[in-house]
Amino acid sequence: MLLRRMPVQWRTTLLAFVPLSLFAWFASRIPDVLEDVAHQEAYPWVNGLGFDFVFRLDGLALLFALLITGIGSLIVLYGGTYLKRHLGLPRFFTFLFIFMGAMLGVVLSDNIFALFVFWELTSLSSYLLIGYRHGHQPTRKAALQALLVTGTGGLALMAGLILATTAQGSPVISQWVPGGEALLSSPYLVPMMVLVLLGAFTKSAQWPFHFWLPNAMAAPTPVSAYLHSATMVKAGVYLLARLSPHFGALPGWKETLMGFGGITMLLGALWALLQTDLKKILAYTTISALGLLVMALGMGTPLAVQGAMVFLVAHACYKGALFMVAGNVDHGTGSRDVERLGRLFRAMPWTGTAAVLAAFSMAGFPLFLGFIGKELLFEATLHHPLAAALVTLALLATSVAFVSLAVLLGGKIFFWPRGRVAIKPHEAYPGMRVGPLLLAVIGLVTGIAPALTVQGLLGKAAEAVMPAAAGMELHLWHGFTPVLGLSLIATVAGIVLFRSAPRIRRGRGWALKAGRFGPEALYDGSWQGITTFSTRFSAFIQSGHLRYYIMTILVTLFVLVLVPIPYYMLFHPHHTFAGVDPYEWLLMLVVAAAVVATIAAPDRLMAIAILGVVGYGVAIFFAIYGGTDMAMTQFLVETLTLIVFVYVLWKLPNYVTFTTFWTRVRDIAIAITGGVVMTTIILLVTDYPLVSELKLYYAENSYLLAKGRNVVNVILVDFRALDTLGEITVLSIAGLGVLALAKLKLGKAPAKARPMVEPKARKQ
Amino acid sequence: MNTMILRVAVQVLFPLLLVASLLSLFRGHNEPGGGFIGGLVAASAFILVTLSGGVEEGQRRLGFDPLKFIGAGLSMAFIAALIPVPFGHTFFEALWADFYIPIIGKPGTPVLFDLGVYLVVIGVVCKIVFSIANDD
Repeated sequence: MLLRRMPVQWRTTLLAFVPLSLFAWFASRIPDVLEDVAHQEAYPWVNGLGFDFVFRLDGLALLFALLITGIGSLIVLYGGTYLKRHLGLPRFFTFLFIFMGAMLGVVLSDNIFALFVFWELTSLSSYLLIGYRHGHQPTRKAALQALLVTGTGGLALMAGLILATTAQGSPVISQWVPGGEALLSSPYLVPMMVLVLLGAFTKSAQWPFHFWLPNAMAAPTPVSAYLHSATMVKAGVYLLARLSPHFGALPGWKETLMGFGGITMLLGALWALLQTDLKKILAYTTISALGLLVMALGMGTPLAVQGAMVFLVAHACYKGALFMVAGNVDHGTGSRDVERLGRLFRAMPWTGTAAVLAAFSMAGFPLFLGFIGKELLFEATLHHPLAAALVTLALLATSVAFVSLAVLLGGKIFFWPRGRVAIKPHEAYPGMRVGPLLLAVIGLVTGIAPALTVQGLLGKAAEAVMPAAAGMELHLWHGFTPVLGLSLIATVAGIVLFRSAPRIRRGRGWALKAGRFGPEALYDGSWQGITTFSTRFSAFIQSGHLRYYIMTILVTLFVLVLVPIPYYMLFHPHHTFAGVDPYEWLLMLVVAAAVVATIAAPDRLMAIAILGVVGYGVAIFFAIYGGTDMAMTQFLVETLTLIVFVYVLWKLPNYVTFTTFWTRVRDIAIAITGGVVMTTIILLVTDYPLVSELKLYYAENSYLLAKGRNVVNVILVDFRALDTLGEITVLSIAGLGVLALAKLKLGKAPAKARPMVEPKARKQ
Repeated sequence: MNTMILRVAVQVLFPLLLVASLLSLFRGHNEPGGGFIGGLVAASAFILVTLSGGVEEGQRRLGFDPLKFIGAGLSMAFIAALIPVPFGHTFFEALWADFYIPIIGKPGTPVLFDLGVYLVVIGVVCKIVFSIANDD
């Protein structure tokens, strides 16, 4: 094979052509979308339930699809080089491509159920990607935390979406009538909104569900760059944007988004200032940016929506670039501690250039797309009808923090002296320079010439979120406006803040203490509680003695059945023994006598043999009443059981009575209760007419449809063949279980599990 | 349990039981019988051999490891469910041929499915008995 002989980077470079060609296809759709030609495709799935794969390409979907495939191509290229020494590279790319496909599914699906399926797939694949270094315990914990938080949100989202679908009468979003009037008439309006918001907020790491995102930095850097900055965490933002034409008009929706988004934005910025780890800083600024996006969607003015779309792209570009820069720095110096890093530009010129350009966009410096986004957002906050002062101040504070952090990321670690890293810094491989540099340059090019590049598509995306936001016009220079003044204040204040940032970071002890009472503590607490409870509960139930298992099962069954019996007894109190034939009496006596003999049997073999008589007696009853198949099966099973018992019994020690008097009393009581309960049930069942539509259907169609006269067998292999398939699967597993039991040699320690190969240890 | 009577009886019973099991398998669609019952009958034939001649003898008569019976049976049942799909029918829809084969009757996907059940039952019962009897 030619492919096998190629060096690893070449092969992974080839892989990048998959998302790249998708990117090219999506890019070729831009003219259609600009002329409002919606591209739609439908594939039936579970048609009867309305679960269909309906894909629709409008401005918003196309914008996200381009981000996913475009950044995805760069990440594949970057990841192939970054992880080239890892053995698990194929696994990494498998998960990454599953994620990419799922993410595309989320943004392209028009059917709410398909969207939800893809949404869950992104959570699952994200779990696998975060847990890529699974030999490391904190990594596994972080992966599980991300899965549990987003998975819980996913469940809530499913319920919310089902409620919305019921209210709207269709699972296809594009068929909903905008304005949310159908939703308003739903009796479940409040639960529906809360559930949908839970789904979006957990996914997009909004306060108080934000804590999983910084922990998810345990993932390899390419994953963080892709999932946790550019794409997956934006799925929640996407959903909110997609639903805002319908949910936007609902009471409390905008206020909720603004409130949670604003808090997330401010807290994220504050926490980012307190971090010293490069990736943690980036994670918290991502949380802050997500909060900003949610807040802007919540403001819901045309300007705010336009600003959100511009900022979304700007953020995806600069944050993706900065994450890859962080990976390169980590790679080239062995450290991610901003206090120790310094003057890296000479050793890492390419990475440094990317970092500087990306940082300018992050700070919202003129000529960069980040500047345009920030200007639009400031314009929107200044003109917000209700709380202009409040939101403007919040945005200003966040911008100050962003400027300060941008100076840190693009300036301090590359130009400031006082670098104290263990190894001599070196530049990253070429494959790791392309991604960050290209993304950073895109931030610059689109900033210089927005009208020629992104304006049209962003306008269509904004229009999909809010029709009134159509006709976006982006300019690099707005003149001397109040907005420019705010930008200037943010820049100056940010630089001042940067000067005192080390002092702030050193004094962060109080914040860490406060964190102990945060939402993550609640998560940890409930995790502890659940595991402790289940450990104790299992220890209680799983006594290890078969007799107690059987006793628990039987007693539970009897109690559950006993409770409703009196209710039925009221209606049908009478039963007689009239019409019982003499031979039936005889058979009954034989069975009853065999039962007594079984109990009184002196040894096990005898007991089993006599128990066989009971089984055969029952089989004869089946035969008498026309259940030939049942009778045959019963005879055979009874016989085979006897043989198996014979094989087992002679290995057991002698029969010794070691039960106490009271144990026996208890067992007798349970046995008698069981007998009484079962008899009562059977008497009750015979009280009801044994005719059902199902039986008639089977009887009528057995020969006509299924071409068989033996209804029992036709049910087994045709009408309910799926059940049978399940049963034989269970049977097979039971067989394997017996094999395992027979092979198990107690007292011998199991073979020691080999420790998993730990991928390249990382030093902090 | 290795008595003369049993050994002689097994010589006669073994082929008889196998024929009976196949009969009840194939006539199951119209008369009492079917894959489950047929499988139990066949398994009891092999167990009789095991009782008289030991596990090695039972294993030798069976030909393959019972696990292979389980695997083959499960795959067969699943394939029977999948066969209709490429022909534009739904999963598990029964398809029947238009001709008769003596004894077996009309071939169709339910027959294949039943054969799968038959093999799984033989495999599971024999595996259980073999592994328990072999555990010395």
